[in-house]
Amino acid sequence: MKILVIAEHNNENVKASTFSTINAASQIDQNIDVLVVGSDCNNVTSELSNTQYIKKILLIDDTKFQNPIAENISKIITSCAEEYTHILAPASTFGKNIMPRVAAILDVAQISDIIKIEGKDTFVRPIYAGNALATVQSQDSKKVITVRPTSFDAVSKEGGNGEIQKLDLDIDISNVEFMGREETKSDRPELGSARVVISGGRGLGSAENFSLLNKIADKLNAAIGASRAAVDAGYISNDSQVGQTGKVVVPDLYIAVGISGAIQHLAGMKESKIIVAINKDEEAPIFNVADYGLCADLFEAIPQLSSELDKLNTIQK
Amino acid sequence: MKILVTVKRVIDYNVQIRVKSDQSGVETDNVKMSMNPPDENAVEEALRIKEAGKADEIIILSIGEEKSQETIRTALAMGADRGIYVKASNDTEPLGVAKIIEKIVDKEKPQLILMGKQAIDDDSNQTGQMVSAKLNWTQATFASKIEIDGDNIKVTREIDEGLETIKMPLPIVATCDLRLNEPRYASLPNIMKAKKKPIESLSAEELGIDITPRLKQLKVIEPPKRSKGIMVADVAELVQKLKNEAKVI
Ligand SMILES: Cc1cc2nc3c(=O)[nH]c(=O)nc-3n(C[C@H](O)[C@H](O)[C@H](O)COP(=O)(O)OP(=O)(O)OC[C@H]3O[C@@H](n4cnc5c(N)ncnc54)[C@H](O)[C@@H]3O)c2cc1C
Ligand SMILES: Cc1cc2nc3c(=O)[nH]c(=O)nc-3n(C[C@H](O)[C@H](O)[C@H](O)COP(=O)(O)OP(=O)(O)OC[C@H]3O[C@@H](n4cnc5c(N)ncnc54)[C@H](O)[C@@H]3O)c2cc1C
Repeated sequence: MKILVIAEHNNENVKASTFSTINAASQIDQNIDVLVVGSDCNNVTSELSNTQYIKKILLIDDTKFQNPIAENISKIITSCAEEYTHILAPASTFGKNIMPRVAAILDVAQISDIIKIEGKDTFVRPIYAGNALATVQSQDSKKVITVRPTSFDAVSKEGGNGEIQKLDLDIDISNVEFMGREETKSDRPELGSARVVISGGRGLGSAENFSLLNKIADKLNAAIGASRAAVDAGYISNDSQVGQTGKVVVPDLYIAVGISGAIQHLAGMKESKIIVAINKDEEAPIFNVADYGLCADLFEAIPQLSSELDKLNTIQK
Repeated sequence: MKILVTVKRVIDYNVQIRVKSDQSGVETDNVKMSMNPPDENAVEEALRIKEAGKADEIIILSIGEEKSQETIRTALAMGADRGIYVKASNDTEPLGVAKIIEKIVDKEKPQLILMGKQAIDDDSNQTGQMVSAKLNWTQATFASKIEIDGDNIKVTREIDEGLETIKMPLPIVATCDLRLNEPRYASLPNIMKAKKKPIESLSAEELGIDITPRLKQLKVIEPPKRSKGIMVADVAELVQKLKNEAKVI
């Protein structure tokens, strides 16, 4: 067996999701190569060459590949697929965009968003917004898989000595013109890997009110999340959405403020270690999954929370 | 231009699903079924493009057991022109569905295919990308804005980092996010009219496509339940519990 992991990166750093995907791969077999497609990405390859388990880093470094256009990357992947039994990528929008194309070109099924590995061809994946877990066995000779990053710890970024191998491939470049990207820049931890997440819902009532959460987030070094209703209403940008059609988070502490707890929201956060819910409706379904529920008006509770936190001598970061 | 829109019949998003006790799957008998939510956005977008004079015909395609035709009717009642129904088992995988869609595209020659970004039952998030790869067309996934300008199309995509905009010539496959638009309700006269709109029936065998599943579903189980915690009296108690009991702050 031989595994190829597709690295997700921003030409500077390797994304945390890649290290989780490498861990998932290592549970299948430890004969792992990674593929890096990008432009000016020396730092990415050096991070990966130190990473645990990596044998080879296949590299395509060309300005043509500065942005991860699915058509291009899927062609690169399929042209080096021959020697691999498994091809894995994170189930982020990066991986979801590319891997089904890879599977279709190779004429195999894709196994989406796996959370557990039961064997070289058998995997567990959530369906119906996580309300059921399906164990599936692949009958294909090559397995194309996306991995839910929060279900696997990151591998160690030290102690490896992967060898870098430049690839020389001639592929037709897609006619997609990349017009731009609006990234929400923030100094807060990444939502997908933060230790603490504080999320707001429709209960916040406006974009201005939503920023009440910032103060608490600063104190707890938390990432900020949101329900779909809050994003739809324009309180915060789409990259903060948690849930079935947004991001999945598994922090040590998840604080839901003014969120009712629809199953589609729970799909993205119910594996969190500790869940706190603040809601003024004592019947809100979010209380059914909360370890600590506080039935209160958030406009009173949030300022109080801020001053109670100030009273603590230390806060874990 | 013709637009092809795919619609899938799924368990309604409001239904609390039940896993069968023999672990063979999820209970679907006597359960409310509806159109997959992002597919409604796909239908709505097609209607808006046609209403703006940029398309001539909207064809609705659904693949599945007989009742999938009801979902096609729903889309026709929203305003689409005609339907194509391909009979296949409900457990046809995305790869099989993509092969069927490819055949229909060869026949109908649409310039734009609108699909949902993910089906809320199987949550695969694959089919549109597979169709695009099979046809060797460009793809624009997770679309929250679509603008057609002559032979070009500009799509804003929702990605983990924020938003991304790409531009490309038609034909393309776009997969729709729920934020793309607000789907309309079908009016009563339109529901009546839809009853007379044609739906062509085909089957996977007739189309000569092998849709044998590649994945064997070994079992479906319920996830471990989270036990309900406690209610705290006030914020001070909450902070004290988080600090000294849960030890997370
Ligand atoms: C196909 C599909 C996919 C979806 N995907 C997602 C997803 O990925 N993520 C997601 O979150 N949703 C998703 N949804 C939407 C989901 O069904 C809910 O509509 C949404 O989560 C509701 O958001 P909310 O809890 O913020 O709003 P509401 O349900 O309106 O709840 C607001 C809550 O705030 C409380 N509140 C109001 N004022 C105060 C106050 N002053 N103090 C304290 N509490 C207050 C209320 O009691 C209420 O419980 C999806 C829906 C569909 C159909
Ligand atoms: C009633 C029912 C019973 C099922 N039983 C089983 C079972 O017993 N075992 C099992 O393994 N799986 C079962 N499934 C799941 C199903 O067979 C496939 O795995 C699933 O349809 C494919 O993944 P997806 O729909 O999540 O694809 P996605 O890639 O998430 O779908 C994206 C988009 O593709 C389009 N699309 C997808 N499928 C169709 C379609 N059929 N017709 C038209 N457009 C479509 C839609 O626009 C959709 O929004 C069942 C599904 C249903 C609805």
